[in-house]
Amino acid sequence: MSIEITGVTKRFGDFVALEDVSVSIPSGQLTALLGPSGGGKSTLLRIIAGLEYADAGTVGIEGLDATHLPARKRGVGFVFQHYAAFKHLSVRRNIAFGLEIRKRPKDEIRHRVDELLALVHLEQFAERLPAQLSGGQRQRMALARALAVEPKVLLLDEPFGALDAKVRKELREWLRRLHDEVHVTTVFVTHDQEEALEVADEIVVINEGRVEQIGSPDQLYDEPANDFVMRFLGPVTQLGDLLVRPHDVTLTTGADDPDAVAGRVARVVRVGFEVRVEVSTGEQVVLATMTRTEFLRLGVDAGTTVSVRVVPGAPVVPVSGSSVRSGLEVPAR
Amino acid sequence: MSEAAAGTVRRRRPPATTAGGRLTRVSGLGLGVAMLWFSLLVLIPLAAVVATAVAGGWDGFWRAVTNDQTAAAIQLTVGTALLVTVVNVVMGTLIAWVLVRDRFAGQRALEVLIDVPFALPTIVAGLVLLSLYGPDSPLGLDVANSRAAVFLAFLFVTLPFVVRTVQPVLAELDREVEEAAASLGASRFTTFRRIILPALAPAIAAGAALSFARGVSEYGSLVLLSGNLPMQTEVTSVRILSSIENDNLDNAAAVATVLLAISFAVIVALDVIQRRVGRRG
Repeated sequence: MSIEITGVTKRFGDFVALEDVSVSIPSGQLTALLGPSGGGKSTLLRIIAGLEYADAGTVGIEGLDATHLPARKRGVGFVFQHYAAFKHLSVRRNIAFGLEIRKRPKDEIRHRVDELLALVHLEQFAERLPAQLSGGQRQRMALARALAVEPKVLLLDEPFGALDAKVRKELREWLRRLHDEVHVTTVFVTHDQEEALEVADEIVVINEGRVEQIGSPDQLYDEPANDFVMRFLGPVTQLGDLLVRPHDVTLTTGADDPDAVAGRVARVVRVGFEVRVEVSTGEQVVLATMTRTEFLRLGVDAGTTVSVRVVPGAPVVPVSGSSVRSGLEVPAR
Repeated sequence: MSEAAAGTVRRRRPPATTAGGRLTRVSGLGLGVAMLWFSLLVLIPLAAVVATAVAGGWDGFWRAVTNDQTAAAIQLTVGTALLVTVVNVVMGTLIAWVLVRDRFAGQRALEVLIDVPFALPTIVAGLVLLSLYGPDSPLGLDVANSRAAVFLAFLFVTLPFVVRTVQPVLAELDREVEEAAASLGASRFTTFRRIILPALAPAIAAGAALSFARGVSEYGSLVLLSGNLPMQTEVTSVRILSSIENDNLDNAAAVATVLLAISFAVIVALDVIQRRVGRRG
């Protein structure tokens, strides 16, 4: 394990940012800390970096107790949401900063910076000032700057949060490829579940200062530990007292399935390739999503009577419970 | 923040000129008004001073400024003003740092007190200094009629300049930049020298220029305490006044011209230093 966090608690005045958090982050992987704003994930990242200190608990980095080490001695690279560029220095000097203060030979610095500039595709911008770069370019510069000192772990705090949607998507694909090249243990904070599911090897879901679940994207999506994780990782709808993904809800017409719930189609909305069908079962409105082809085959419209059921094996979670219930417990056909 | 960052990408808007490089009507009018205002208030009076100074010919001018008593006054004034400026650069930055970065009891009070030397009529400041550091000093510190009195008076009146120019810039500095430097392995001192100082340099230089200019021109706060002893504690402003009182206008203008040239040189030098520091990092 590369980063070992044990029993970390952090308070800001009365506000409990983290409560008895323990997480092990494996070496060489890309791990996401995922959760809503104010849930404590950034605080955890800053505690790993040494930019904040835990009130209780310990932080180990690569087998070394780093709990009381200052940031500059931890050997971590940190990338900030708002780039934190050194405004008065050129891109080249920004990237070289960590090497210059380590008094490395000039030739070595030049060589290393050239390598990094190529890695982040900023070769032709080397002599520009950060103010002359776009947001995405600035963030790539910040990443190169953090990588220059060959950190043991790379920490990214909402690295793409300040960028527009298109650049954000490009950059996260690029980050994934970069990680496959560089293989440094990387932890990044995000509140965007799509970003975490797409990029990370492992996801730590953090909410209200506690770890809700740790697992691979597949595990989290298919076996959510509780209704919070279920809700956070994607759209959900409620059928009876179960939470289920709308695409795991099927509608049938005519068949008198004893386990299905009868309902009436209340509304049909088409968004591109996807059709959202709202079914009123009397006491609640269930959302079912399907492709347009499926919808046409079903042949329903507002007012049609349908049977609603959950696809066998689909992940479901009891609404206010916290235990996992296997999809197999759902009434099977 | 992201918007601000995006805004700085094209911070320098192109000047309002037409394709032919001529000014548009509005910007032409603006420039005209600014130049007229500047000319009436600054250029014409300054030119008049220089003209009066050289009216008596180069010899007259040279004789006036190399007069022993005058030369001593210029030396004392400029030397002390430079020294005070150096002290202010260090102390002013330090005070600004404390005001911005620390939280302590009485901070608000200190915040207000900083401006007192600024707000006080200088002759009142002179009275205060005389009663505190004069012959009847309750502190047992008597600097009256000495060069230390000049230094002290300059120090008193120029205190707010660097503090007030550095403070807002320091408050606006992005703390994450310092954290980034720390995570890259920089010590607090290295971070200050290579990251914070370059960002503060323009503000410090502006404060230093104001501080120097104020020192060179100071009169009211030191006349009482310094004793105005020729060759010892007489400053240029006092010297100029006595020249005028003796109806020697050429002499006064000559001294003023020298001061003008020195002040100009200092302001240019400060700008050069500021640019160097700002780029170095």
